[in-house]
Amino acid sequence: MYSNKVMDHFNNPRNMGEIEKADGVGTVGNAKCGDIMRIYLVIEDNVIKDVKFKTFGCGAAVATSSIATELIKGKTVDEALNVTNKAVMEALDGLPTAKIHCSLLAEEAIKAAIEDYKNKKGVE
Amino acid sequence: MIYLDNSATTPVKKEVVDEMLPYFTSFYGNPSSLYKLSRDAKRKLEEAREKVAKIIGAEKDEIYFTASGTESDNWAIKQIARANKKKGNHIITTKIEHHAVLHTCMELEKEGFEVTYLDVDSEGKINIGDIEKHIKGTTILITIMYANNEIGVIMPIAEIGNIAREKGIVFHTDAVQAVGKLNIDVVKENIDLLSLSGHKFNGPKGVGALYIKKGTKINSFMHGGGQEKGKRAGTENVPGIIGLAKALELSVENREEKNKKLVELRDYLIDTVLSEVPHSRLNGDRVDRLPNNANFCIRFIEGESLLLGLDNFGICASSGSACTSGSLDPSHVLLAIGLPHEIAHGSLRLTLSDETTKEEIDFTIEKLKEIIQRLRAMSPLYEDFMKNGGNSDV
Repeated sequence: MYSNKVMDHFNNPRNMGEIEKADGVGTVGNAKCGDIMRIYLVIEDNVIKDVKFKTFGCGAAVATSSIATELIKGKTVDEALNVTNKAVMEALDGLPTAKIHCSLLAEEAIKAAIEDYKNKKGVE
Repeated sequence: MIYLDNSATTPVKKEVVDEMLPYFTSFYGNPSSLYKLSRDAKRKLEEAREKVAKIIGAEKDEIYFTASGTESDNWAIKQIARANKKKGNHIITTKIEHHAVLHTCMELEKEGFEVTYLDVDSEGKINIGDIEKHIKGTTILITIMYANNEIGVIMPIAEIGNIAREKGIVFHTDAVQAVGKLNIDVVKENIDLLSLSGHKFNGPKGVGALYIKKGTKINSFMHGGGQEKGKRAGTENVPGIIGLAKALELSVENREEKNKKLVELRDYLIDTVLSEVPHSRLNGDRVDRLPNNANFCIRFIEGESLLLGLDNFGICASSGSACTSGSLDPSHVLLAIGLPHEIAHGSLRLTLSDETTKEEIDFTIEKLKEIIQRLRAMSPLYEDFMKNGGNSDV
């Protein structure tokens, strides 16, 4: 059973779409397991100015990606890196046990997109 | 609400409930007791047994009532295997059986039985020659479903029955999806054991039956009192059994007519989805197929999302995606017909009833198209596919 929050994010995903000239793009998961998340970031002065996502997966996968974009928008890169799967779950009022991996995927997608940004910029 | 999950379960028909109710409150006697109250219950119970027997071409005393189709499968497979252990330890089944059969066979492997899981082709059909090839001196049981619960494929039961009878091997069929819908004759088809379940044909849940051909060597399943000729102890679920028999009787009334209408509606659904939803495919043989089953794979999207989307419009359906199966893998049936994981994840099963209308199907297709469009717009797989020219297909 999904919480109302999960259903709301599944039915009305926030920041869904793609950004053509993103500063960082992260794709995690694989089709074999039934979940793929892709996060696009626009970063200016170390702050996440815009974020979009695309997800192939179940209701929880869509909802965790959607909430993850909300959690990191306007945050600094370091703040975004500190967003954990726990925070993602809490923001959705919880997830069924079998879907906890979706929140991990969301955390990994954020990290992958930031890593891509850092690689592109040659930061660190 | 539009209910298109009739292979999962069905509503109990009002006539069935009416038939059952007095046996809860008025004729509640234990059929094993002596007095009239119990004799009335016992008489009705035996009438139910006779009705069920007649419909599948069996004798009255070859029908044993159980608590579910799963129980019937467990009983048949485990207790045939154990009773015939001295003769051999080999069982033949298929890769697309229901878990009630597959997991039971796996359990028997732990007891030292050897199980052959036959492959199926891309349409879900088995090769009869394959069965013959795998039969050996130690083969004691062939258990193959009458019709598949996910992709609706109907198996060549009479042919399998022939082979089994010729070789003196016991033949069990899980006919949970077929009973009530298809014309079954256990004698003509050389079936030794057959499982059925009440709630699949508008009967109550919690009641099933096992047909055991007279003279078949099988152990008892439940030990206790003398119910079901001592083979399945436990006070009989009298109202449930009465409901099962009544529902079965109703389901075979005008069956040909009902099936003709069902097939027309099913084919309309299949043809419309395949022509109006790009990158969709039908799973399971087109011809040897249950009259009420449609099963699709919709590429680039995941099944559970599709079900949630349909549920928003009050449409009840099911999927073989990992998320709905409770495991990490998508349906074993879809994998067995050779679909790659990512395509199997996007499956959708719609199973109709004789009360489903064309308007309901049209509404479902319309919403399905909207949901698929929305989910594809969200799918990175679809994005990549389109960027790569969008020209490979399932």
